[in-house]
Amino acid sequence: MTPAIAWMRRASLAVSAACLVMILGVAARPASLVNDAAILQDGYAPALSDYGFFADLKARTPATRVTPYHLNTPLFSDYAEKQRFLYVPAGKKATYAPSAAFDFPVGSALIKTFGYEQNGAFKPLETRLLLHRAEGWVAIPYVWNADGSDAVLKRAGTRIPVTFIDPSGKPRTISYSVPNQNQCKDCHSLAGAITPIGPKARNLNDGRQLAALVSAGLLDRAPANAPRLARWDDPAAPIDARARAYLDTNCAHCHNPRGAASNSGLFLGWDVPNAVTRGIAKRPVAAGRGSGDRDFDIDPGRPEDSILLYRMASTDPGIAMPELGRATTHDEAIALLIQWILEMEPRRG
Amino acid sequence: MKYALALIALVASPAAAKTIIVTAGDNAQERLQGALLDAKPGDVVEIGAGRFDLTDGLSLDVAKVTIRGAGPDKTMLAFKGQLGAGEGLLVTSDDVVLRDFAVENTKGDGIKSKGADRIVYKNIRVEWTGGPKETNGAYGVYPVESSQILIDGVTVKGASDAGIYVGQSSDIIVRNSTASGNVAGIEIENSRHADVTGNTATHNTGGILVFDLPNLPRGGGGDVRVWGNKSIDNDQANFAPKGNIVATVPRGTGVLVMANDQVWVTDNDLSGNATANVMITSYRNAFTDTKYNPYPRRVDVSGNRQGKAGYDPQLPGADQLKAAFGGSLPPVLWDGAVKGENGIRVADGVAVLSLNLPQGAPLSSAKPAPADLSKVPAMPTRGPVVLPTSMEAAAR
Repeated sequence: MTPAIAWMRRASLAVSAACLVMILGVAARPASLVNDAAILQDGYAPALSDYGFFADLKARTPATRVTPYHLNTPLFSDYAEKQRFLYVPAGKKATYAPSAAFDFPVGSALIKTFGYEQNGAFKPLETRLLLHRAEGWVAIPYVWNADGSDAVLKRAGTRIPVTFIDPSGKPRTISYSVPNQNQCKDCHSLAGAITPIGPKARNLNDGRQLAALVSAGLLDRAPANAPRLARWDDPAAPIDARARAYLDTNCAHCHNPRGAASNSGLFLGWDVPNAVTRGIAKRPVAAGRGSGDRDFDIDPGRPEDSILLYRMASTDPGIAMPELGRATTHDEAIALLIQWILEMEPRRG
Repeated sequence: MKYALALIALVASPAAAKTIIVTAGDNAQERLQGALLDAKPGDVVEIGAGRFDLTDGLSLDVAKVTIRGAGPDKTMLAFKGQLGAGEGLLVTSDDVVLRDFAVENTKGDGIKSKGADRIVYKNIRVEWTGGPKETNGAYGVYPVESSQILIDGVTVKGASDAGIYVGQSSDIIVRNSTASGNVAGIEIENSRHADVTGNTATHNTGGILVFDLPNLPRGGGGDVRVWGNKSIDNDQANFAPKGNIVATVPRGTGVLVMANDQVWVTDNDLSGNATANVMITSYRNAFTDTKYNPYPRRVDVSGNRQGKAGYDPQLPGADQLKAAFGGSLPPVLWDGAVKGENGIRVADGVAVLSLNLPQGAPLSSAKPAPADLSKVPAMPTRGPVVLPTSMEAAAR
């Protein structure tokens, strides 16, 4: 018996049980329930549909307790449009945390679908799942079929050729990368354990969203003094807050003392106090070709001499940062960071 | 009681280890990465002979897995068409054995292992096949933030930074390996308790480097023995991208010790290094790391067989210097930066040139003069680094 078949047999029992519950519950509502067993049991469901996260998968209409959310400053993923949902099992709530990602109970899931507008409609390419099991989080990618009716497990990742129109109206053609399971972990790892990145108080806090999650019974509380990250593209926000927010979500999941780039000593979290640690007049350690003949990660006042921008502007895998999930450049963010560095007080000497 | 415990252990042991075989052919990326994801602790992923054309980095995150090829000239993981990831192969789990295969032409690093304790690199080749070029990847084999590392019989050619680089780690053996055509042949950086022995570093810019740098999570490098190596004819022009510390290494450096506490450089064959067979220096840039000590302390250079060196030093004012010292510089160069007792001893029966440069002073302010460091008391040696017998067994 292949692992996939074994998995389906186990899961189908669970689904039958869920159906039975629904029938006995006398269809009080047209409940579309998540398959909790699929989240919790060993192995990985062969198809996205097996989880029941969506009442209508093709339209991606969420099932009960599957709730859309958005972030103030999201991770750039080759201009892909993202549809984010979180799921917390019935009777449970996520626990608020001021700094780290919220503490989601076992059985929770984060569901993120990546795609592009094609011929006027959103076309999904992949859906990445973070599932919280008893032994910890697991991260797995599913790749959508051509007609957008379901997505299949793709643990080893893949590449998909894509042409899309960028925000400036220019067409771009890229080799879109669906990460393999280890690459999911590369970014989502804190001290070796997989952890969510997006759902943190500061990035969810737009003035309304935290309270809405509490009202929906998904989050335990939403303090009035919750921190709030700037929107990187908010022209009304101070440029320093926008730039730091961008680095926090696009870099700091690796560039922190417990992340994949811990050995670099370059830590880009929004609350890192030490300027050198944040890259200002910091020399590179293992940048290799990424240095681009420049001496400092950030040379204040001199974006053209700053390694950070050299690496953001490259798509060569030996140079580009982030190392994963970027096949094209984020021109608007590069412009923001150029301005940010230009406005810094230059080094003396 | 002992018997009963053994029986329980037997019953509780996981399913028998298996060998997952991956042969060359189409769709190598997905099949090979799939095998690395499917492997369970104890398994062997056996990569067949042939060339595997890969488009993305591979990675292993399962402990106690062996990746074994058919030989470093038979199993080739080819990354010429790599589109993503910072290295060819990334290992993030403990007790992994890598042996008998080659990684070629990665865009970034060759093989990186991070937080991967007790890793064995055996009979591996990492090469940029177009020769030394600035567009080559940075490091060949790159264990970092790990403890207990064995690199044995590894060959690295063409790295634009260091061929064999061990960073921010402890309990390290690099032996019987060959590094050629790299900027740095072998580099031990911000690491402790390392043995570098029986290696050949040749035709690099610098042969063997022992560095300690500021502003890194793990500092305090030292306790490094470099003995019984050949660092000869390191004549490669420096092709490292500027900004990297190795871009400052002068062509023709045999062994370079920068900062660090306790380094033994003994019983090596050193010759054909146009700048110096041995260079001892402080960290020369400005720094803000208050925990960092930029001075080399307790460095013992003795019992080496010193051949020709210093005949084409890549230093400012080289011609004047050469003239002043009778046509070539002494084979041992020291920047002369001292704070208190540095305990630097050079007892190879050769002359030493001190640049008499305080730490941080520009090279242009050097006041070169011979220095006699032979009277400094010898530093008691220590025994070799000992790694678990399981690691040694895996490397046989």
